[in-house]
Amino acid sequence: MSIRVVKAGILDTIQDLGRHGYSSLGINPNGVMDTYAAQLANCLVGNNLNEGLIEFHYPASQLHFSKEALISITGADFTPFVNEMPVPVNCPTVITKDSTLVFKKRKWGARCYLSVSGGFEISPWLKSKATNIKIQAGGFEGRALKKEDVLSFKPGKSFTNAPTNVRALHWSVNTSVMYKERSHISFIPGNEWNLLTEESQQCVISSPFKIDKSSDRMAYTLLGERLSYKPHEELLSSAVTFGTIQGLPDGGLLVLMADHQTTGGYPKIGHVISAHLPKLSQCSAHEEIRLSPASIEDAEKMLISLQQEIKIIQWSCAQKLNEIYA
Amino acid sequence: MASYKIFPCGDQGITIQFGNQIISGIHQRLIEIKHIFEFEPFVGLRDVIVAYSSLTIIYDSFRVSQYYKQSSYQYVKQKLEEVCNLSSAKAESSSPLKRIPVCYNESFGLDLKTIASSKKLSVEEVIELHTTTTYHVFMIGFLPGFPYMASINEKLVMPRKTKPRQQIPAGSVGIAGLQTGIYPVISPGGWQILGRTPLSLFSKEKDNPVLLRPGDDVQFYPITKDEFIAYKE
Repeated sequence: MSIRVVKAGILDTIQDLGRHGYSSLGINPNGVMDTYAAQLANCLVGNNLNEGLIEFHYPASQLHFSKEALISITGADFTPFVNEMPVPVNCPTVITKDSTLVFKKRKWGARCYLSVSGGFEISPWLKSKATNIKIQAGGFEGRALKKEDVLSFKPGKSFTNAPTNVRALHWSVNTSVMYKERSHISFIPGNEWNLLTEESQQCVISSPFKIDKSSDRMAYTLLGERLSYKPHEELLSSAVTFGTIQGLPDGGLLVLMADHQTTGGYPKIGHVISAHLPKLSQCSAHEEIRLSPASIEDAEKMLISLQQEIKIIQWSCAQKLNEIYA
Repeated sequence: MASYKIFPCGDQGITIQFGNQIISGIHQRLIEIKHIFEFEPFVGLRDVIVAYSSLTIIYDSFRVSQYYKQSSYQYVKQKLEEVCNLSSAKAESSSPLKRIPVCYNESFGLDLKTIASSKKLSVEEVIELHTTTTYHVFMIGFLPGFPYMASINEKLVMPRKTKPRQQIPAGSVGIAGLQTGIYPVISPGGWQILGRTPLSLFSKEKDNPVLLRPGDDVQFYPITKDEFIAYKE
């Protein structure tokens, strides 16, 4: 049971929800950028929320399935096709053996996820399947997938009573609520928010910022008005996290993403709230975003309701799968 | 007890900061706080990251709030305050001095000559100054296992290079401001390079992949290029 890479994409890696517990050793968590889409992909095929899956960027890999599989594709819509038939996104789909999955066109979003029922055969490094490209560790040989790589997957749901052709099962998840208003990003003001001049604070919350083309899994560079700071002493480095917004010496802003370093010495203007990191992760270069301040209380409430929604979806998907594969 | 400030580091992190100065007594206290949390972790604790004058706890906000039935930030903040108010054990946990061999051969010490000439010192004096001081590891960051150590002799203080190098070999020992550090893996970087250690600061095959930890005390000692090569074998 395996998937072979027929043609490599620009950056397709095995990820999970991150390698937590090692940041104090300088080993950053990595993991998926869009934790919402990744968890949904796993829910849809009956996997654990933290199961390893493939994160694709566009142009994405072409994959050949040697064996039948139950898969799901979530996150960005890269127009997936299997054997010239369109594959619906956010919907569990049975792929027959000797099928080829291709992604034809980027409709929206920056990253999409492929989960296979049963999960990939990937041995964890430091308890996680996430790929750390910088130190060539974790995931599939510590690197992005390339042509002729063969990824084995574990036996998932059996297909004896399942539809026999390339076919979507009859339920799906509506993700429009998460991704509508993708440009509205909330942040908790950081400890150095007050180092910004009042005009610059006003500028952060009232002017748009454009995502620079250099933005990647490590950080998003935001292009906008140059910000200025009140006089202050040089800061000592301290811990940073996924979503930390750093003010750069040139007056620009940098949002740290999944492959962020563990510590940083630039002023921490704020932190994008966890519930908005999935949609920020789906913003591509040249898109504009607007930042608005939020309280820690509101940020926590939004994260809780998001995780509760995922738990409900997970439970419902498990029920549906049991009906079919009982 | 020095005064501190507690504030969010995002909605799944909390930082306690004791001013903006490097003070070894405060750092010792931070290490103690880290050990207390690691000895008895609360449900949802992910990481305790010690830096120069601050400590950050990273937690799974959803798990904390589901388990303790309250705001995760409020819960962790309260725990942190409790731990801070415990009287310090003052255990002076003197971890044994870690001695690290460094080859200061000019093929490894890419900036050795520049440092010597700009500081009006001989190369031997630079090596002497770098190897006679004991350094304290304040923080691991930037790269897996990269130790931020301080403080170097003031006669050696140099700013970072204005143009960072594209590739600094693994094991390179450098200085920047009052700090000294070691690149565990090949990486771009802007520190002034004095030499190279044959030791692996980071080995992904090991269960314990990182050689140095915050709180360690380190001293360098010079080795020859032959010794360096022998070490590598």
